[in-house]
Amino acid sequence: MNWDWQVFCRETVTGDVIAGCFGSGGDVTYLDWMLSAWGWTVSVAALALVVALFFGSLMGILRTVPDRRLVALGTAWTELFRNIPLLVQIFLWYYVLPELFTPLRELPSFVLVVFALGFFTSARIAEQVRAGIQSLPQGQRYAGLAVGLTLPQTYRYVLLPMAFRIVIPPLTSESMNIVKNSSVAFAVSVAELTMFAMQAGEETSRTMEMYLAVTLLYFVSAFTINRVMLVVENRVRVPGMLGAK
Amino acid sequence: MKTTMKTTMKLSALFAALTTALLVAPTAQAADTLAKIKASGSATMGVRESSRPLSFTLGGEKYAGFHVELCTRVLADVQKALGLPKLDIKYQAVTSQNRIPLVQNGTVDIECGSTTNTTPRQRDVDFAVTTYVEEVRIATRVDTGITGIAQLTGKNVSTTTGTTSVQLLRKHERANGVEFREIFGKDHADSFLLMATGRADAFVMDGALLAGLISSAKNPADFRIVGEVLSVEPIAIMLPKGDPAFKKMVDDSLIAMMKSGEMAKVYDKWFNQPIPPNNTKVGLPLAEATKAAWAAPNDRPVEAYVKQ
Repeated sequence: MNWDWQVFCRETVTGDVIAGCFGSGGDVTYLDWMLSAWGWTVSVAALALVVALFFGSLMGILRTVPDRRLVALGTAWTELFRNIPLLVQIFLWYYVLPELFTPLRELPSFVLVVFALGFFTSARIAEQVRAGIQSLPQGQRYAGLAVGLTLPQTYRYVLLPMAFRIVIPPLTSESMNIVKNSSVAFAVSVAELTMFAMQAGEETSRTMEMYLAVTLLYFVSAFTINRVMLVVENRVRVPGMLGAK
Repeated sequence: MKTTMKTTMKLSALFAALTTALLVAPTAQAADTLAKIKASGSATMGVRESSRPLSFTLGGEKYAGFHVELCTRVLADVQKALGLPKLDIKYQAVTSQNRIPLVQNGTVDIECGSTTNTTPRQRDVDFAVTTYVEEVRIATRVDTGITGIAQLTGKNVSTTTGTTSVQLLRKHERANGVEFREIFGKDHADSFLLMATGRADAFVMDGALLAGLISSAKNPADFRIVGEVLSVEPIAIMLPKGDPAFKKMVDDSLIAMMKSGEMAKVYDKWFNQPIPPNNTKVGLPLAEATKAAWAAPNDRPVEAYVKQ
């Protein structure tokens, strides 16, 4: 195994080694490209997480309300996005839906991937939020209603604060999963880390170095989320509440 | 059971040691493919699944193509030279990403797909004499009216991840100060689909692959190959590095075919006659560059060719 870590300092068009490893004046080194790809990965993951948290929480809450129709809506959403593999969902968004709904053709693949990944993860988050709410004693809901709060107010002030604190660990896993799942975006031409690894590995014939570097960046991204969520978990902890130490 | 500080430190030290060992491991030994073939009575041929007409699958573990046929003949010559009563040929499907690692680690003895001979790749594998010179062209739908690379400015251009065409487009953009939006398909069929469905206006790839994909499309008349030759690339059979005896045998076999006219006949069979799976013709006449490569057999990489 002969390693050539200097490959990251090579310019992507001419192949020359550039001092300082960062290109300037139009030159792009493989290191620049990798960092740009990392940026795409983080962007896809972050936006998809926002979409997933919003829709997932909404659908999870809907599955616990007394109204049967809203429960059916939440269940339908969750089952639809849970039962189809992620890669198939991405292809559906990219190839099939634009044939059926022509306005979707104008959207860049980045947006379609954010929706696909976001909705896929939202189904899992919906299940976790539902589990969190249903793990609370029934008495909490009735106490809230008995005190005079409306149902939305009971959710907002009594149920959800406790439920979300309970499900922070599974939500951490889902956030980390989104970073890892973003790698399937390469299949629909988003210039993220996995595509960088494949393309740069092919161009330079240094697949080991490329894949190791990309692995490190994925690990760092997922681990950062892990640590951030740990800080969040400690800061929002309320003594005496469910889930507190 | 709480993990103590000492255990964590021990685990970290072990992890660090493993990583260091992996990173400074010694280099691999040179291959001796002929001895391996003689001992096992079998040879593994690396093949592609959808690089029609060079190497493609007919379904059910059967492979065919220009390079597959050349390799079959080469292996028949190897069998004769080694004096083996029979030689069992195993087929191993490879992709753009894993073809070189599989040759390097000996899983594949001879790779017969559509690999460009380049200087970076020559660090890891050896190439036989060039059997086909590829010209990178543009395929478009007829209704886009595109006739050359100059009209691609600002348009969507598709190409396949992990191929030399990606770098070629980048070089062209840089050299001529143009900008086009690149869309990457995960394989050739995918990139063609991007162009056929309208997500991309043009598909840049090796002319043979373009012709193969167009000829097996639902309506071939809707597509055409246009424009100037963007790059000339020697396509060659890949061999394990550092095995001069095997390379000489393969080269001699191929050169004999070139000199006797067999090579031209095999070319005609795969490029200009109806071929499986649906008996359509690819229709690519013999290029001057390929004829020149056969007249003067060599294993020069693409960097040694002058861009036209």
